[in-house]
Amino acid sequence: MSPLDETTDAVVATGVGKVFPAGNVTALEGVDLVVRSGEFVSLIGPSGCGKSTLLRLIADLDAPTSGTLTVFGKSAEKARIDQDYGIAFQQAGLLPWRTVSANIELPLELHGVGKAARKQRSAELLSLVGLTDFADRFPDQLSGGMQQRIAIARALAEQPSLLLMDEPFGALDEMTRERMQTELSNICAETGAAVVFVTHSIPEAVFLSDRVVVMSPRPGRIETVLSMDLGSASERAESLREDTAFFEMVTAVREALHQGAPARGVDDR
Amino acid sequence: MTALDAPPALRRRRSPRVALTRIGIGALGILAIAAIWELYKAFGPADGVVIGDSRILPRTSDLAMPHIVDMVSRLFEPVTRADGSPPLWLEVSGAAAVTLGIAAVGWVVGLIVGVALALVMVRSRLAESSLLPWIVLSQTVPLIAFAPVVRSWGSKIEIGAFEWQDWMSVAVIASYLAFFPVAIGALRGLQSPDAIHTELMRSYAAGWWATLVKLRFPASVPYLLPALRLAAANAVVGAIVAEVSTGLRGGIGRMIVQYAGQASGDPAKSWGPIFGAIVLGLVAAGSVALIGGTLGNYRRAEVNS
Amino acid sequence: MNGPASSAALRIGAPVALGVVVLVAWQLLVTLAGIDDYLLPSPLSIVEQMIEFWPALIAAIASTGLNALIGLVVGSIVGIAAALVASLSRFFDQLTAPIVAALAVVPIVALAPVLNTMFGADSEVGRRTMAGLAVFVPVFINTLRGLQQTRPVHRDLMRAYAATRPQTLRVLTLPAARGYIFTGIRIASSLAVISALVAEYFGGPRGGLGSLISTSASTSAYARAWAYVVGGIVLGLIFFLVTAALERLASPMSRSLTVTGRSK
Repeated sequence: MSPLDETTDAVVATGVGKVFPAGNVTALEGVDLVVRSGEFVSLIGPSGCGKSTLLRLIADLDAPTSGTLTVFGKSAEKARIDQDYGIAFQQAGLLPWRTVSANIELPLELHGVGKAARKQRSAELLSLVGLTDFADRFPDQLSGGMQQRIAIARALAEQPSLLLMDEPFGALDEMTRERMQTELSNICAETGAAVVFVTHSIPEAVFLSDRVVVMSPRPGRIETVLSMDLGSASERAESLREDTAFFEMVTAVREALHQGAPARGVDDR
Repeated sequence: MTALDAPPALRRRRSPRVALTRIGIGALGILAIAAIWELYKAFGPADGVVIGDSRILPRTSDLAMPHIVDMVSRLFEPVTRADGSPPLWLEVSGAAAVTLGIAAVGWVVGLIVGVALALVMVRSRLAESSLLPWIVLSQTVPLIAFAPVVRSWGSKIEIGAFEWQDWMSVAVIASYLAFFPVAIGALRGLQSPDAIHTELMRSYAAGWWATLVKLRFPASVPYLLPALRLAAANAVVGAIVAEVSTGLRGGIGRMIVQYAGQASGDPAKSWGPIFGAIVLGLVAAGSVALIGGTLGNYRRAEVNS
Repeated sequence: MNGPASSAALRIGAPVALGVVVLVAWQLLVTLAGIDDYLLPSPLSIVEQMIEFWPALIAAIASTGLNALIGLVVGSIVGIAAALVASLSRFFDQLTAPIVAALAVVPIVALAPVLNTMFGADSEVGRRTMAGLAVFVPVFINTLRGLQQTRPVHRDLMRAYAATRPQTLRVLTLPAARGYIFTGIRIASSLAVISALVAEYFGGPRGGLGSLISTSASTSAYARAWAYVVGGIVLGLIFFLVTAALERLASPMSRSLTVTGRSK
């Protein structure tokens, strides 16, 4: 989809701020952040730290009130219209009246991809997320974890070079959640897309990310950025969760969070 | 439904200027209808638009479509040419008041019967299973059809000193139409409390009546108010139709038919009781809304039926 | 009481039992207590009349039913179209809001005589217009509400896909509203029958259920009047059942009942 220069940064935010006019709430202030091409970056912090807001600004679902924001070297709006990113939310957000495969094909259909090509792509994606048998089911016949996998498949439909994910596993139980993390890690290794991942689970951020951005609230800003030196996505497996290096990184992130603000609202799972 | 049905909390939040704009645009809407009427009357074909053998747009003669100015000014002219005849609007208001009174009786009877049935259904599962399908079903069939039949009841039923009056037949029809929405709304409302609330009452060892008074009745208010408004509108319709089909004099229903019969000589006059009926419907629904206004805190989450 | 079989038996058996009891009690009351015909004819005499006047009954049902059907179709189309415009234009919404709110509580039947004058006393169009007006209100209100049912996550998704307004309407807004539209039509269907029938009490051509009920009652043929009332009930039921079936087909929730799927 995007014939982009490998060296172009996926997201560059300079001094980005967001003030909501209703009640004059400052959600974000002075955010500087670079997400390199193919990099997995998590945004973590307590409720109200503006991590979801930052993601919505990158997706051009909201506009920043100050600073500049570029996605693959162009404005966020241009990147959205060019469909340079795929997005997944905390709610799967599948359309209940469409079958699983019709849901995955939705972005392709909207952007004029032919029927045969759509069908082929949705079959590929279904096998990627391991739900080939469920192509003709409807969303309400699927468990929450399956719905979320469909939503991720849908986000990948147009082979974006950037994935934006807003707590996609937030509503899942712990076991499903860990399995989904491993799966996402594999998918990222396969597709090589950059990811901006919002979460409030420390182990989740550590397990998935190349870098973890720790944010603090009132007003939302970046507290610190930690590099996770745990190897590339393809090398990460279930065993990493019991590795000492993993625990050290979890501790480092937790301490960074506690420095910024009381860590209420952050799971230690 | 629309502005009328917005919960008061929502309505209050709007600034007076916004409210004024809304009223202004709303008035514009009514003017637009009047303008369409007059424009069609001025430029439409005299015999209407006929496709095949049915006329799909009306005739434009003064008889079929009087000028709006004439309809309004007719309201302030005497009813008949006879000396001392009162202005039309006064006559119409009197008739509307009679119908409103009958509809109100029907509404109250419908309210009592409806709530009583809902209570029985809440109390007993067997009663709910056997009654509810019939109530839902009867809402879908034109029970008002039997209005002409009750005409025969007038002055034929006597129980001791009590003699069945004609207006009572009309009130019976009105109550019939009013009771359905009340029964359904009250049942849904009384059953609306969440399990956690009923379990809370159970943990307090509260009996059925205490639960009813402290939990179920307050919880039913948001369901009951729209139902009562619908019941009021239905009672008015029922009263008017029953007046027409039983031939009861004095109310607005009879007046509509009677003046329509005189339309050939005085077309604008037949619109007088129609305006009266419109105001009647608005007054009935508005009065219920006023009652609802006194229940502010109970109607935080009003549900439309 | 708790097993699925016994609860289904209760759901169907209880109302049927009540219906039978009421019918038998009614028949006994009329025959044993000697209640006069004008007050309440017995069920058997009503059935007798239905059989005797069968062709007239069928013709009356067809005549009133056609008026109701035309009113239902035209009123629904106009109601859906107006709701679409109102959902796209705030100005149009505010322009029509007070009129629709008034139409919802105003006795539309009052217009019957003037509609007869406007369209001609020998025309059925006045009655159809009345049925259409009565249908318009619930269809408009429900459709407008349905068009406002899209969830924020879906709207975000459409924006993220850079979907155009017509695309969003086709893919998201209309399908989300579909169930509401058909609920509106189902509610409107009984109003269409009632309005078409009641309009006949206000004059106009004869032969429909309303005019036959009124003629029979005024000639003291009470059992016959009740026979036509039963015809009205049947007509109302037909309209209700058909539109309720459409509603079921259209609502996304009904689908999970027809496809065997795992529950969450």
